[in-house]
Amino acid sequence: MLKLLAYLALSAVGITMLLPFAWMISTSLKAPANAVEFPPRWIPSEPETVQVAGEDRLIAEVTGEPGLRVALLRYSPEGVRVQILSPASRAGEQLTLSEADLRPVRQTKLHWGNYLAAWRAHGIQVREAFFGLAHRVHGFLVFYLNSIIVTTCITIGTVFTSSLAAFAFARLRFPGRDSIFLGYLATLMVPSIVIMLPVYALLSSLGMTNTYAALIFPPMFSAYGTFLLRQFFMTIPRDLEDAAVIDGASPFAVYRHIILPLSKPALATLTTFVFLHSWNDFLWPLMVVDRLALKTLPIGLAHFQDSYTTEYHLLMAASVIVMVPVLIVFMIGQRYFVRGIALSGMKG
Amino acid sequence: MTQLTPRAAPARRPRGRAFLQALPFLLPNLLGFLLFTLLPVLACFALSLADYRLAPITSFHDLQEQVRFVGFDNFVRLLGWHREAGRLVANDALFWRYLGNTLFLMLGIPLSIAGSILLAGLLNQRLRGITIFRTIYFLPTVSSAVAVVIVWKWIFHQQPNEIGLLNSFLTTLGMSHPPNWLGSMTWAKPAFIIMTLWATVGGYNCVLYLAGLQGIPQELYEAADLDGAGVWARFRHITWPLLSPTTFFVVTMSVIAGLQGSFLFTAAFLMTGGGPAGATTTLMLYIYNYAISWHQLGYAAAIACVLFLLVFGFTLLNWRYGQRLVHYQ
Repeated sequence: MLKLLAYLALSAVGITMLLPFAWMISTSLKAPANAVEFPPRWIPSEPETVQVAGEDRLIAEVTGEPGLRVALLRYSPEGVRVQILSPASRAGEQLTLSEADLRPVRQTKLHWGNYLAAWRAHGIQVREAFFGLAHRVHGFLVFYLNSIIVTTCITIGTVFTSSLAAFAFARLRFPGRDSIFLGYLATLMVPSIVIMLPVYALLSSLGMTNTYAALIFPPMFSAYGTFLLRQFFMTIPRDLEDAAVIDGASPFAVYRHIILPLSKPALATLTTFVFLHSWNDFLWPLMVVDRLALKTLPIGLAHFQDSYTTEYHLLMAASVIVMVPVLIVFMIGQRYFVRGIALSGMKG
Repeated sequence: MTQLTPRAAPARRPRGRAFLQALPFLLPNLLGFLLFTLLPVLACFALSLADYRLAPITSFHDLQEQVRFVGFDNFVRLLGWHREAGRLVANDALFWRYLGNTLFLMLGIPLSIAGSILLAGLLNQRLRGITIFRTIYFLPTVSSAVAVVIVWKWIFHQQPNEIGLLNSFLTTLGMSHPPNWLGSMTWAKPAFIIMTLWATVGGYNCVLYLAGLQGIPQELYEAADLDGAGVWARFRHITWPLLSPTTFFVVTMSVIAGLQGSFLFTAAFLMTGGGPAGATTTLMLYIYNYAISWHQLGYAAAIACVLFLLVFGFTLLNWRYGQRLVHYQ
């Protein structure tokens, strides 16, 4: 009984969580005319039509007469003139019915073409050479490639440089180590806009906005990665490396052959975190990029929204296009992600 | 510690050599960190003392032209008051209004935290398929904020001939005039709170609480059962006190995140443009507008500094007084 209640509560919340996503997908598959409907329809469907004497006519069923299907011919003061389609015995017969008795027949129709239309949308077409591609490139292709380039560089850069630095903080002794690490820690609390403004000022006075470098390098060196990995490296017992060091292993060999292999979960956690964060990042790209050819997916989608404000079927299709890869990465990296939250959270 | 350290007596090793040895590990990250994180923080304070109109700088002369040291003028303009027709008026009334908006939108935080605890409690049961629910609850957190905001704009939608999902639902329930969520001064903020609640309730906080719950020894509950404690008593005297370290962390992080409001920035930027009539403009959006739209970086930096001080002040207070409420096992 208690179990059943728990399932009910869990499902109620789960459905609430999923509704906006379902609505997004549902709208993305509708015909433009059906995107705005009252009452809202979850399964996209359209009125079924049939050709009668060369013209498209709506099909309806009649209340109280099961099996009867009619084509609507015209409206008149007495009611609706209809022609019977089935049963076959009465096909072709015409009669007048009250409008209240007619229920239009709808058929499910999914407009997958909306995705193609969003992908190819004219308003976001990039009209300049893009990596040797043609002079007109579909917007979302450009945004995707940019997001992949930027996110990959940031992720590799962050994981590589912060694992090296974290090793130094966790395992080497050098003058000033603890004060430098304190400097790292102190910046964790600083609102990101405080850091972004001067960097933006610097980049724009050097004329370096609208470059890949501006998108990639500034987000790469937050203290977070170094902090997370240093905390993890501290938990690895030192006995393991003592033997290696006595045998004359260099610090780099210890880092490469002992620490890194033992830290795979922490590295995977950081990778997932950084990937998701930079893939979804909105504010920084928005500040430093306004050329269409350099936009990443989030700001590209925002641009798309500007151009197609009222075309909900396209907007929703575009949103799905942007969202899908993240969800796939999350499904794969979920384990590490959840562990990472617990790891970094409890240490803070 | 020392006996674990290899190459005995590291203290006698020349300090310079130790530093040189660490340098290749440290350098790539440290340089980037200095250039793109630590120095910018200091530069932001410097910038807040200047009048800086944005334009490309090609020579030292340009720099002198564009950057004018103005002392605390920006802060006086931002935080100060003056007399107008015998009444005290804030120099920048909008700042106070947007600070108010930011704080108002943070009212969702306690609701979100309470929801997270409840969800974590539900998720902490040994039931089949529980990970599926956990994944679903977490989806909004990993989804692109832009996409999430766009679909919510569509859900809140209300035009003379078109109504969005939420108002269709409310109409079906019998409400004849459902609110025009994003178009109304009264309802825009509650709409933002509802959306934020949806986006955060199953996210980081819930995962943290789940971890916290799993750390509570089961024997405590068994003992409470023997004493005949009810559900509420168990929660009040075992769960809540033992979760207090988690709550301390969660509250700290949520308030900091709320003051920064990067999700709310995205929402305001894409849904309402900060409107109607500034009802959803947060401090972040105000800073962005000054910096990017109005090219007044000095003033933007001053607002950012105030935001920083707010975060810092809160953290300090929380650390000093909030800690007392924390019960460590």
